[in-house]
Amino acid sequence: MKILVTAKRVPDPESTIKVNSSGDGIEEAGIKWVVNPFDEIAIEEALRVKEAQGDAEVVVVSIGPSEAQEQLRTGLAMGADRAILVTGENLDTSAVAKILVKIVEKESPDIVITGKQAIDDDSNEVGQMTAQLLGWPQATFISELKIADDKSSAECTREVDGGMETISVPLPALITADLRLNEPRYASLPGIMKARKKPLEQIEAASLGVDTTPKIVIKSMAPPPAREAGRIVESVDELVTALQSEAKVL
Amino acid sequence: MSGYLFEREEHKELRRQAQRFAAAEIAPHAHEWEEACEFPRALYPRMAEAGLLGVGYSEEYGGAGGDISHALVAAEEMVLAGKSVGTVVGLGSHGIAIPPIIRLGSEDQKARFVRPVLEGRLISALAITEPGGGSDVARLRTKAERDGDHYVVNGSKTFITSGCRADFVTTAVRTGGERHGGISMLVIERGTPGFTVSRKLEKTGWWASDTAELSFQDCRVPVGNLIGDEGSGFLTIMMNFVTERLSLASQCVAIGELAYRESVAYSTQREAFGRTLGGFQVLRHKLADMATRIAAARALTGECVIRFLDGEESPSMAAMAKNTATDMCSWVCDQAVQIHGGYGYMREYVVERLYRDARLYPIGGGTREIMNEIISKVEGY
Repeated sequence: MKILVTAKRVPDPESTIKVNSSGDGIEEAGIKWVVNPFDEIAIEEALRVKEAQGDAEVVVVSIGPSEAQEQLRTGLAMGADRAILVTGENLDTSAVAKILVKIVEKESPDIVITGKQAIDDDSNEVGQMTAQLLGWPQATFISELKIADDKSSAECTREVDGGMETISVPLPALITADLRLNEPRYASLPGIMKARKKPLEQIEAASLGVDTTPKIVIKSMAPPPAREAGRIVESVDELVTALQSEAKVL
Repeated sequence: MSGYLFEREEHKELRRQAQRFAAAEIAPHAHEWEEACEFPRALYPRMAEAGLLGVGYSEEYGGAGGDISHALVAAEEMVLAGKSVGTVVGLGSHGIAIPPIIRLGSEDQKARFVRPVLEGRLISALAITEPGGGSDVARLRTKAERDGDHYVVNGSKTFITSGCRADFVTTAVRTGGERHGGISMLVIERGTPGFTVSRKLEKTGWWASDTAELSFQDCRVPVGNLIGDEGSGFLTIMMNFVTERLSLASQCVAIGELAYRESVAYSTQREAFGRTLGGFQVLRHKLADMATRIAAARALTGECVIRFLDGEESPSMAAMAKNTATDMCSWVCDQAVQIHGGYGYMREYVVERLYRDARLYPIGGGTREIMNEIISKVEGY
């Protein structure tokens, strides 16, 4: 069994994000970069499937700048077997999905697992688009994964409004990981050392014969408006009056 | 700010893992644990499970591999992301307690004491200092007299990090005559009749880590718990000091860096006289001086680590690194409190705690004055 899993390079959620001087992106100086936390969950799930199946291979893929090697090494340190980095600039979700399709076609995995979304642009599109382009079944926002004994299908529990939904998808399939799927492991020092020697293949996006012209152009970016200080009221009556006459929400 | 010159890709990855662990497992409880003067025992196995407790120790004994360079960056990141120095030093007390066993202990002793510690099942402490004397190791008075298959230990030890909860204490005792040659190392286990924790000590800083005074009264310790040969204790203690001092120097670098980061964040946010604190040149220059002294201490500590890994154990250079780092740390934390003004004097602010934590370093692991004695001797005056 082969599992392909994604690892997007994103700013550390703990970082302070500032809009850059040209107003069309974020200031990247001084930012720490990490594996997208939802992808980290996807990697963990891939490793758990591998550990349960025994004879499985986990391939971790990143699409982005060459620095994303760091994030691939993290995935390898956690236990993935090898890595593929597709380098390219200014790639939107559609371009990333088309590139991922090429990698899937080349690798023919049984399962592709991505994070449900990346925490930088929160698009929540790549997984769905990739499945659509491949013509594969998809199970999104899953919180539990069970591979059938004959490995022909996967039972996925999805978090939906007001409850859980369990669906079965035939393999190969694409799965996107939600927060509660698992708690990702820490990479150990021996794992980190071994990761240095694992294969990491680099491919230029331009060489894949995919049109990566962006369909989305960011025109401007602005920080959310600063929240004004609140006020403590003395009584419920005063609160109701303020909501009616000042906030005008009642 | 970047890390040590010796850092490679693997150190950076290890930092990321330690950062993730400390941010999730320590930072949310840092203030609470420091105020309670204790952190949960369950944190030891959690840290072992994350592969961080055994960093710097051979996989042969249950460690995670790597050397002192890895152990230092992992501990540094634990301080930076966890923001509780007391918790990190408590978790790290094995850093001085188990090296003597690894260096001179039998395979049986390593299996009984080293592996369970690195797996987070046992807590260990090192006991050298006595109420009657600390720096003057050669004159320690705790006696261990041979009686058949046992040593009968009488005496007391003080300022023992993790001593209140330790499952065993690597203890320096006098088995022979006076001065250096009569000192041996003995593993004394919790529950041995005659071994009691006489007091939990209250300290200036390092609150989350417990510090104990220990008492031994006709405490019968099996001969099998002697580490190495009788009389080899003094050399073992001296060998331990080099790595301990590098580790303390690196803690100072981490504490200074954390105080600096807190100060930078505060100066960009706090306003006075219509602008942020960082809008004042005097403040910016203060931060620049802090950054400079941290960089200098980091450089010297890093050089010492490189030399140590190359097989050069230089006690005088380790002493210089420790003094440089402790001076930097005390000064930087003092400046950090000053930048924070009234808030810097309040217990709920991290820099207030770091200011107190910093006071340990010119005393613990060999005082500033003892460091200078070591340097003087090597320099030959």
